[in-house]
Amino acid sequence: MKHRFGNRFVLVAAVVALTSLALAAASSARTDGGGVSGRITADGSSTVGPYVTAGAERFQRANRGAQVTVGISGTGGGFERFCKGETDMSNASRPIKQTEAAICRTNGVTYVPFLVANDGISIVVNKDNTWANCLTTAELKKIWDTGSKVDNWQDVRQGFPNVKLSLFGPGTDSGTFDFFTEVINGKSKRSRSDYAATENDDVAVRGVAGERGGLAYFGLSYYEENKNTLKLLGVDSGGGCTLPSIKTVQAYSYKPLSRPLFVYVKRDAFKRPVVQAFVRYMIQNERAIAKTAKFVSLTDRQLRKSKYQYNQAIRFAKR
Amino acid sequence: MATPDVTAGAKPVPRLRASRRRYGEDVVKGALALCALVSVATTVGIVVALFLPAIEFFRTISIVDYLTGIRWAPLFEPASFGVLPLVVGTLSVTLWAVLVCLPFGLGAAIYLSEYAPGRTRKVLKPALEVLAGIPTVVYGFFALTFVTPLFRDLGLGLEVQNALAAGIVMGVMLIPTVASISEDAMSAVPRDLRDGAYALGSTRYQVATRIVVPAAISGIVASFVLAISRAVGETMIVLLAGGLNPTLTFDPRQAIETMTAFIAATGQGDIPVDSIEYKTIFAVGATLFLATLVMNLFSIRLVRKFREVYE
Amino acid sequence: MSAVPGDIRGGGRRQGELQARLFSVFLLLSMGIGLVTLGTLVVQVFLDGVRLVDPVLLTDAPSADPAFAGAGPAILATIYMGLLLIAFTVPVGVGTAIYLEEYADRDRWYNRALEVNIQNLAAVPSIVYGILGLAFLVRGLGLGRVLLAGAMILTLLVLPTVIIAAREAIRAVPASIRQGAYALGATRWQVVWRQVLPAATPGIATGSILAVSRAIGETAPLLLVGALTYVAFNPTLLGDFTALPVQIYQWTSRSQAEFRELAAAAIIVLLAILLTLNAFAIWLRNRYGRRW
Repeated sequence: MKHRFGNRFVLVAAVVALTSLALAAASSARTDGGGVSGRITADGSSTVGPYVTAGAERFQRANRGAQVTVGISGTGGGFERFCKGETDMSNASRPIKQTEAAICRTNGVTYVPFLVANDGISIVVNKDNTWANCLTTAELKKIWDTGSKVDNWQDVRQGFPNVKLSLFGPGTDSGTFDFFTEVINGKSKRSRSDYAATENDDVAVRGVAGERGGLAYFGLSYYEENKNTLKLLGVDSGGGCTLPSIKTVQAYSYKPLSRPLFVYVKRDAFKRPVVQAFVRYMIQNERAIAKTAKFVSLTDRQLRKSKYQYNQAIRFAKR
Repeated sequence: MATPDVTAGAKPVPRLRASRRRYGEDVVKGALALCALVSVATTVGIVVALFLPAIEFFRTISIVDYLTGIRWAPLFEPASFGVLPLVVGTLSVTLWAVLVCLPFGLGAAIYLSEYAPGRTRKVLKPALEVLAGIPTVVYGFFALTFVTPLFRDLGLGLEVQNALAAGIVMGVMLIPTVASISEDAMSAVPRDLRDGAYALGSTRYQVATRIVVPAAISGIVASFVLAISRAVGETMIVLLAGGLNPTLTFDPRQAIETMTAFIAATGQGDIPVDSIEYKTIFAVGATLFLATLVMNLFSIRLVRKFREVYE
Repeated sequence: MSAVPGDIRGGGRRQGELQARLFSVFLLLSMGIGLVTLGTLVVQVFLDGVRLVDPVLLTDAPSADPAFAGAGPAILATIYMGLLLIAFTVPVGVGTAIYLEEYADRDRWYNRALEVNIQNLAAVPSIVYGILGLAFLVRGLGLGRVLLAGAMILTLLVLPTVIIAAREAIRAVPASIRQGAYALGATRWQVVWRQVLPAATPGIATGSILAVSRAIGETAPLLLVGALTYVAFNPTLLGDFTALPVQIYQWTSRSQAEFRELAAAAIIVLLAILLTLNAFAIWLRNRYGRRW
């Protein structure tokens, strides 16, 4: 009986160690043929995230050795990591702020901003909401401004029924939040705080779909993904009621909630073939990706600009 | 080590002390103590990780505002740092959890300890343990996709995320916690006490309620306190089914936000490290840690007490 | 009612009987609630998800399109993390348990404090461990949000449970075994390594596996240590990762019905993994466990 269990101990430990090593080896050696290989890290907006993810999926299928990760820390969070040099690409649903750009400068991070899609922030309500079809920007401000006590539809407009208002929206790290509050309430981050705030827009979708008096705002693609459970409202900023659609968003006639979506790419990252290939892939397949991910694609003019920027960036990187 | 020389003839004095000090033993003891220090390091790490940023936080935000303010809006403009909505959210969910797990956990324990025949017990006790082994994210899924719709269909007027469903599911999850510690305490009660009562003609009901439960009361209370502590610290069920809406209400039909849900939701995103918003994670975390620490220490003392008394 | 139920044959018995009956009902209800909920949960998850448990789920990467989405990288990461957990927690946990049971002098205040510390750590909310990881590993050490960081944090989370389980197993070894060895002149370490540990191994193995199986179902600490990205490739030690419970959380959060079914399917996989681990642990205990 000598050392019977002592030996087993060692045996088990050896098996565990070997298995771990084997797994590690197996997973890192996945650069089997076909296309470029390498790692790309992207992080940022939860609105732009699904777009980049859709592109990454297709790209990785064509290039088995490529490894793309896409985080959704929010536009602000994405820039923070980006300007520290932690990520290669930063997804943003608003342009980079002065303060953020300064940090990038201090850390020596130079970048190229690419337009990837257009978006119209959509106001959605529950399917059983029969009374509202359009809200003015003034009414939106009344609902969402800081200190607002509006918690019933009848306080929004005369004639609306007595139904409790349930608000859902993006959290404060979201570019969508920054943009919406700036154009509707007048100042970025200025907003009432007693609503269900979440980076995860699906929570908002589920919330509005479940509450008769629900109201939420998020990117158009989330509405498109959930068309059959939500109702879209038009927005009137003085020139009549406009519903967001590919046409109105591209023409920016859906005011003031139309906006471009960006991906900022580090200039240093452009030196790597896998990044070049990925950006080129995204630009070339822009229409298809937008269609899959249910985004509003770029106009011809915007697409031309992206191609131009890409060529410039490549030339710069080759120096 | 020297062994006594027992060859024929000689009558040696056995040298029972080692001829030289075995330094290996000291090395081993040191290595093992080092292992033990990992747990000390963990506690120190938790305290440092939580309280250093929390102290910095309280240099900017007055602790009175924090503890008494009724608006939790740390990331908005203008910001407000009153933690009460989060505390009330936590208490609201915990209340419902406690209403489920305390009575039913104790009932299950009494049943297993005093009523169940041996074979039934052998099957039912592990079954309860399975309940404890299910991951909390699965409970969250269950609460969100089954319990809430069920209650809504029953006409209870719940919001999609609410304190009631989260609390009740959490309570069921905690039944095994209460049951197993209470049952431990009850089985530690000596047989003589029960036998004496039975000999005097008591019924099982009388023995259970008047003899066993009072005798095991410190263990039972310990299990209650531990369950409350776990309810306060639970994250996934409330994150999925409780909501992210910091409102100051005890209405269980509404969505609320607990301290844990706030930490989980905010910690996922990347906030600038030195900002006041980042530090809210630690301030709330420190609050949570202190609350559960007090309860845990109390519960540990009680468990030691009941283990000592009968051993 | 008096302590001696003298009214055992009297009218008071009726009242007592009703009370006792109600009480029994209450007890059965208590057991029932837990078991019925468990049954409902399992059945519900099964009905929702069994349709989708297929090779696509098990090997493919997550996708925005539910038809193509799978949990392959997540499952691998969970298994990988389980192995790492065992490799990390068993040496440290058993070492601590040996120290406390065989070497530590109970009268010293620091050894008693150590015990209380471990018991307390076992009850600290899991999200606090996540904060610990966020502060020290992700930001402090600059490890970033990688698999290794997740494994390290889960190690700390589950270590107290492993220590407690190992202590029980070591304590169960009778004193006579130790004393016999000491009498034959063994040193303390020889006694531990050659007698106590081999005898306690089945108990330690069972306890560790059960503890680790609890850990791989944990989600909250991993959320903070960054397991929330879209990851389409297999996990490596220092790479971005996502784990099965986190994948379940993400899919549950999605609003479309197809994702709810995917979440249920992933839950089935997770429960299957846990069931296997637990069954293995119990088999170990029955096969090798000894009753002294």
